[in-house]
Formats: sequence, C-alpha cells, structure tokens
Amino acid sequence: MTERITKSMAKNIYYGGGMFALLIFLGLTLDTVHQIPKRSNQVNMTESVVEGKKIWENNNCVGCHTLIGEGAYYAPELMNVYNRRGDSNEETFKGYMQGWMAIQPLDIPNRRKMPQFNLTEQEVNSLADFLIWTSKVDANEWPPTIEG
Amino acid sequence: MKYSSQAVAKPYFIFALILLAGELLFGLLMGVQYIYGDFLFPLIPFNVLRMVHTNLLIVLLLFGFMGATYYLVPEETESELWSPKLAIITFWVFAVTGVLTILGYLFVPYAELTALTFNNLLPTMGREFLEQPLPTKVGIVIVVLSYLLNVSMTVLKGRRTVITTVLITGLLGLALFFLFAFYVPDNLIADKFFWWFTVHLWVEATWELILGAILAFVLIKTTGVDREHIDKWLYLIIAMTMVSGILGTGHHFFYMGAPEYWLWIGSISSAVEPLPFFLMILFAYTMTKNRKIQHDNEIALTWAKGTAVMAFLGGGVWGFMHTLAPVNMYTHGTQLTAAHGHLSFYGAYVMIVFTIISYAMPILRGRPHGNPKAAQKRELTAFWMMNIGMLGLTLALTTAGIVQILDQRVGTDLIGFMDSQESINGIYMVRAGFGALVFLGLMTYFTSFFVKEKA
Repeated sequence: MTERITKSMAKNIYYGGGMFALLIFLGLTLDTVHQIPKRSNQVNMTESVVEGKKIWENNNCVGCHTLIGEGAYYAPELMNVYNRRGDSNEETFKGYMQGWMAIQPLDIPNRRKMPQFNLTEQEVNSLADFLIWTSKVDANEWPPTIEG
Repeated sequence: MKYSSQAVAKPYFIFALILLAGELLFGLLMGVQYIYGDFLFPLIPFNVLRMVHTNLLIVLLLFGFMGATYYLVPEETESELWSPKLAIITFWVFAVTGVLTILGYLFVPYAELTALTFNNLLPTMGREFLEQPLPTKVGIVIVVLSYLLNVSMTVLKGRRTVITTVLITGLLGLALFFLFAFYVPDNLIADKFFWWFTVHLWVEATWELILGAILAFVLIKTTGVDREHIDKWLYLIIAMTMVSGILGTGHHFFYMGAPEYWLWIGSISSAVEPLPFFLMILFAYTMTKNRKIQHDNEIALTWAKGTAVMAFLGGGVWGFMHTLAPVNMYTHGTQLTAAHGHLSFYGAYVMIVFTIISYAMPILRGRPHGNPKAAQKRELTAFWMMNIGMLGLTLALTTAGIVQILDQRVGTDLIGFMDSQESINGIYMVRAGFGALVFLGLMTYFTSFFVKEKA
C-alpha cells in the first residue's frame, strides 16, 4: 500500500495534517479555558480552597492518591471522599478530616500507611474546603460510584 | 566513529543506564511496599519512592535522547558538533542537578523541600511527574536550551536531512511544552488541563518524533536501505502521530472537568493513535526484509524491531484498551492506567534508548562491527528477560485493574478501595516477581558489556 505514497505526499500529510490538528486543538483549548470557571464553580473558590490546594501540593498528596482519577493508585480516590466519608455534609466531613489526619499513621500491621503531616487545625480545614470544592466539579458524571 | 565529537554521547549513555538501574530498583521497592505497607515506612513513604521512580525515568530518557542526538547529528550533518565542550558542560550540569534533586527527595520531607527551594515564589511543585523543585526545573530549561543551541548550530552548518529536521522539531516541541510546567493556575481544573500540555504532548507527540528519528537512523545504518525510502516512512509515521496524538490529548479530558465535546474528539483521535505504532512495526520489518547489508551488529537491529513491537503493544494496544470514553468511565484512575504507562514508557522510550546504545556504544568503544558474538548473545538473553518481565508485569497490573473495577465500580455489591486492594494482593506479588525479572535482565545486560571475544 505504501508504494503508491511518495515521500513528498507523506511530507505534506505531516505538515498539513499536523497544522490542522494543532489549529483545532488551539481553538478547543480557548473554548475549554472559557468553560472551566463555570464547570468548576470558580465563584465558590474561596481563599481557603486555594490555600487547601497549596497544602495538597506541598505535601505531594498526589504521590499516593488520585484526585479526579489522576495521580497514584496506592491510596483512595479523593474527588468524592466528601460524599463517601462526610455524607455530603460540610460539618461531618470537617470533623472526620480533623480526626483522620490526626491519627495517622494508623497502627495496623502491614496496612498501607499515610504519613503524619503535622498540619494545623486551620490547614486541615482548608484541605477539607479544597476537597469539598473539588467534589462539586462537573466531571461528566465521573466517578461512576461512591467507592471512587 | 566518523567524527570525534560523537564521543560526547558516551557519558550520556552510561549515565542513562545507571539511572535506569536506579529507576528499576525503586520500582521494585514500591512493588514490595504495595504488598507490605510497613516496608520502608516511615523511612521512605510511598510518594517519595514513586517520585524517585518516575523522575529517574524522565531524566534517564532525556539523557538517552541527548546521547542519541549527539551521536547521530554529526553523522547526519556530516560535520563535527558545534561545541563538544558545551555538550560536556551540559552533561555535568544536568547530572549534578539530577542527583541533588533525587537526594533532596530522599532526605528532606517534601513540605520542607518546597520551603527550602523557594516554591512560594512560583509554586510549581507537588504535581504528578513535575514534582521537581523550582531550581531543578530552571536547570532543566537551561540544559535543554543549551542542548538545542548546540544541535541547531551543528545542523545549520552541515547537511540537512529529514532525520535531523524531525529530530529538531521534536526537541523544540519538548522544550516548548515543558514551559507549561511553570504554569500552575489556582483553579485545579485549569491546572490539570494545562498539566497535560507537558505530559501528554511530550510522550504522545514530540517524543514520538524523537523516537521516529532515532529509529530511522539506526535502520539506515543497520540495513543499508536507501535514505529516500526511509524518509518516506518516517514522514508517514510522524504524520499519523501528529494527526492522532495532538487531538488525542482529549482522552485525558473526558472526566476531569473539561467540556463534553472532548468525549468525542478524544475518543475518535485516540482510536487512530495505534496506527503510527503499527506503521513503525511495518517500517522496521520491511526495512529488515529489504536490507542491502548484513551488519555484524545484529542485536542492534533486534532492539530496533523490538522497540516497534513493544511500543505498539504498550502505546497502541494497551492505550486503545481504555481510550474510548464509555470504557474510560470505568477504567479512569485504576491500575489499568499503570499497566499502560509501564509498557508504553518501556516499549517506546526505554527500548529506543537501548536500541541506539546497542548500535552506537560498540562503535564508541572502538568496535565498528558491533560487540563480539558472545556478548551479543548475552545481550539477547537480557532483551528477552526484560521484555518478558515487562509484559508479565503489565498483564498483572491489567488484571489488578479489572478486579479493581469489578470491586469498586460495577454492580451493586461494591467494596471500598482498601478492601479491593487487599483482594488484589496476590496479583501484586506476581507483579513484583516480574519486576524482579526485569531488574535481573538489566543486570544481565550490564554484564554483556564485559564479555570478551574468545581467544
């Protein structure tokens, strides 16, 4: 089949096709950037949520957990941990988070361990706010079940 | 060796292989910690092991690409490297930066590391694969720019070939898309969206150009097939790569907060993504069939063909398995992703580095006809050990992913993540076993360097 294709034809498909794909990609990128604030409820992105994201990053949480399906697969998905462990109730979830973060690492032999990060009460609160905000992002109905 | 400046490739190759040994070692440690949570805890928590594992991979591949470039560009352009001295300085800067970064990961708690390295000035840390402290990221930019300068100046003063053009396009893309590593919006979704501009557009677009160029070079050298013919294939492969790979980024935008149209765009384009890999297999095997010369370095050609096949399996087949949106709904964020990641990074990129090393290293060591037959035989054993190990490991992770999906996501009797992981423990043992085989394969490969011709 490749006999009929010449080098210059192949070259043109590369440049033409590549540029075409790139242009569509750029166009859709602009549209996506435009849509993200609404889909992620950016209006609810409080200072505490932004602070929580920094804490999430500074402790490399993504090195064990997934968040909206991205990250490592060593520990549970956290996009819907607010619904799973907090019953979709802010007060319940924040109480749970304070307790959970404080008792790490759990003393259960050979269970996978989460380190003790020594976060302050306010830091845990921001982290919780960040996870609550994340749980409300429109991710096209993902995750499929509460178990993440 | 036709040009004396090609010799700068040697330290790059050696260092890439040392880093690979480190990468596999940390992979093994992770494999054990997966089964026994207390292993190495709290000395080295999982996130640190993983950071070292993945960062070593990225850096070793960059070293491999750089070595490959410094080796092939003088021969392609028919002129000495613009500045061999700069290439050596770049090597040391990169090596020292890399080693310091890994030591930082291992000996400083991550939160402290962010504070120590001025992350508050420009927060870029704590994102998967891009965990490097700011000074390291800046170092990578400096290294890549000086490398690009060196290569571009050499190409400008010498003969221009399709291989060098494709290679430089790939390198420019690599440099350009890395800049997104410095852009971290406060909005997590925007952050994730642009994070893929570095991650996806590296491995499924620009790096494939580099891969194609290196593969074409080795095929020309080991089969003696006419360059016109090789060039046509190379263009065809990278054309398919660009057409499918750029919009294929969309398969990462299904379920992370981006608009619905990516479900269609991503599914359709990435359904085409196996095609360039399939063409690569046809390419390698057709060139071998039509070869004009019988090169004594047979194992180099074996690696080249192996790269095409394993890249197709890892990138093409294992990618396609979960790239359609309705399937990805269930597979997103499971061990299936890890399975695909392992086989594709190994099959496409680690193997192309082995290919060029297998071809170039004997020449750099004063053996223009390749290593002695006994050494090549040892290398072939290593080739199979590593390939079988990686395939076994991938199949184990795939099984783990399927069990995980059935446990957590399908039906009504769902169990939680930790319970599901416990039910997969046996499979993780199999995975660790195959991982050990890969490591032994690499050790066998190392010994092949020291096999002497029988007197």
